[in-house]
Amino acid sequence: MLKEYTCIICPNGCEISVEMQGEEIIKLEGSLCDRGDKYIKQEIINPQRNIASSVLLENGVLPLASVRLTNPIPKSIIFNVMEEIKKTRLKAPVYVGQVAIQNILNLDSDVIVTKNIASKK
Amino acid sequence: MNLINKDVVIIGGGPAGLAAAVLLYKNGIKDILIIEREKTLGGILRQCIHDGFGLTRFKEQLSGPEYAQRFIDQVEELNISYQIDTTVLNITDDKMIQAVNRNGLFNYKAKAIILAMGCRERTRGALTIPGERPAGIMTAGVAQSYINLHNIMVGKDVIILGSGDIGLIMARRFTLEGAKVKGVFEILPYPSGLTRNIEQCLNDYNIPLYLSHTITNIHGNARITGVTVSKVDENLKPIPGTEKLYTCDTLILSVGLIPENELSLDAGVKLDNRTRGPVVDGNYQTSVEGIFAAGNVLHVHDLVDFVSIEAERLAYSVTEYIKNNSLPKCEIIINTSKDINYTVPQYIDKTKDFTLSFRVKRPFKNCRILVKQGELVIKIAAYKKVIPAEMINILINHKSLQSDKDLEVSIEC
Repeated sequence: MLKEYTCIICPNGCEISVEMQGEEIIKLEGSLCDRGDKYIKQEIINPQRNIASSVLLENGVLPLASVRLTNPIPKSIIFNVMEEIKKTRLKAPVYVGQVAIQNILNLDSDVIVTKNIASKK
Repeated sequence: MNLINKDVVIIGGGPAGLAAAVLLYKNGIKDILIIEREKTLGGILRQCIHDGFGLTRFKEQLSGPEYAQRFIDQVEELNISYQIDTTVLNITDDKMIQAVNRNGLFNYKAKAIILAMGCRERTRGALTIPGERPAGIMTAGVAQSYINLHNIMVGKDVIILGSGDIGLIMARRFTLEGAKVKGVFEILPYPSGLTRNIEQCLNDYNIPLYLSHTITNIHGNARITGVTVSKVDENLKPIPGTEKLYTCDTLILSVGLIPENELSLDAGVKLDNRTRGPVVDGNYQTSVEGIFAAGNVLHVHDLVDFVSIEAERLAYSVTEYIKNNSLPKCEIIINTSKDINYTVPQYIDKTKDFTLSFRVKRPFKNCRILVKQGELVIKIAAYKKVIPAEMINILINHKSLQSDKDLEVSIEC
């Protein structure tokens, strides 16, 4: 069976075609680099995504601190992870790289702050 | 009038302005000032909280605020001066800058000005969509600002017009925050945004993309209640009889960006009708000597990495300009064939390598980009696929330039 994928790893957005026989990849074509092949192999077994969102910030000069994951998570549980992020509260000041949630849902990925935000005076 | 002299004044503290400032300083041009109208440096990146930034520039996946912080940290470390919350009112061709903030009016005289004001979104007015004028219609960037900076959710039942990247990013953002995005409607037969964003922002969340469709009516009194969508023909004209009503409480417009050049025009800087940014030479110098431009004010980029890199190339030219008080004249014109939308720069000289940036007018597969000087082909670059959404950059070695003849960029399949 022939399947077409678009690699999302970088802006090249390579169109990669994969020939499968059962669970086995027979032919992989179209990626400009090996990150594309790696992406497809993962995509076939268990698609992974990184997500970005915000958490509520108390006493900050902004009401929200932007956050992202340190490692991608299975696509199928993005909304479970979003629920956890929504429950979280941080107190200003916060800094880039500060861990907001450690090892979220035991997925081997931390939620980290991506913006420096000072506290209100 | 109290006049403050500066070597370089940079207008705009976004990714272009910051990258230019840091590199100028490192090159020994230290008497510089960044003027920023917002309360913090970083420009639009502050609200671009999604990841995917920095792969080219830093070989890392960063979010927008992190990417900006890399440059802000350097500005702080190097003690480069900047004024925030300050609006430039006017610039002149003799490099006078008038700016205002809560403390009053400031007048600067610079040896060089760097235009780094970025771009603005096209609005409903620019599209002239007929229909009512209810609340609930906004551009993708405005929705992004409400949601990511101000913690205000703007709607629950969303339609997106235009498949620009910010619209695609916002389709995912709305979905993650619990809204229903019913569809993205694009008038062209191909998407305006990057392929990876179609994949990870629409396909991942089963949001349909309707190509060759546009909105032909807007309904609602106080708040928008729905839109009429029509198919369009090959001339992009709505086809009668194809109208379909979609209910919604929010309409997001992602229909293009326009370089913001009101200040440039004040100084007499000549603009290019195609990019709507300044015409520049290989040094990123505009038609006014000593005024330079890079980033989205020059031409709209799809990746911030290329904005920074372009601003860094500009910084080398400005360094040379400040040190020598002039730059070599650029008199070789770069022309485009009918399938190439524009090029930046538009003029070059044959003594310097340069990066040719351009976009194609429509998608092509398995094609070659040719750069010719007269009849002589000086560069060939092969591509599996090129699309208007992706800016193409090609480095041209000056040694390949054999004469003073004009260049032409074309595509063949």
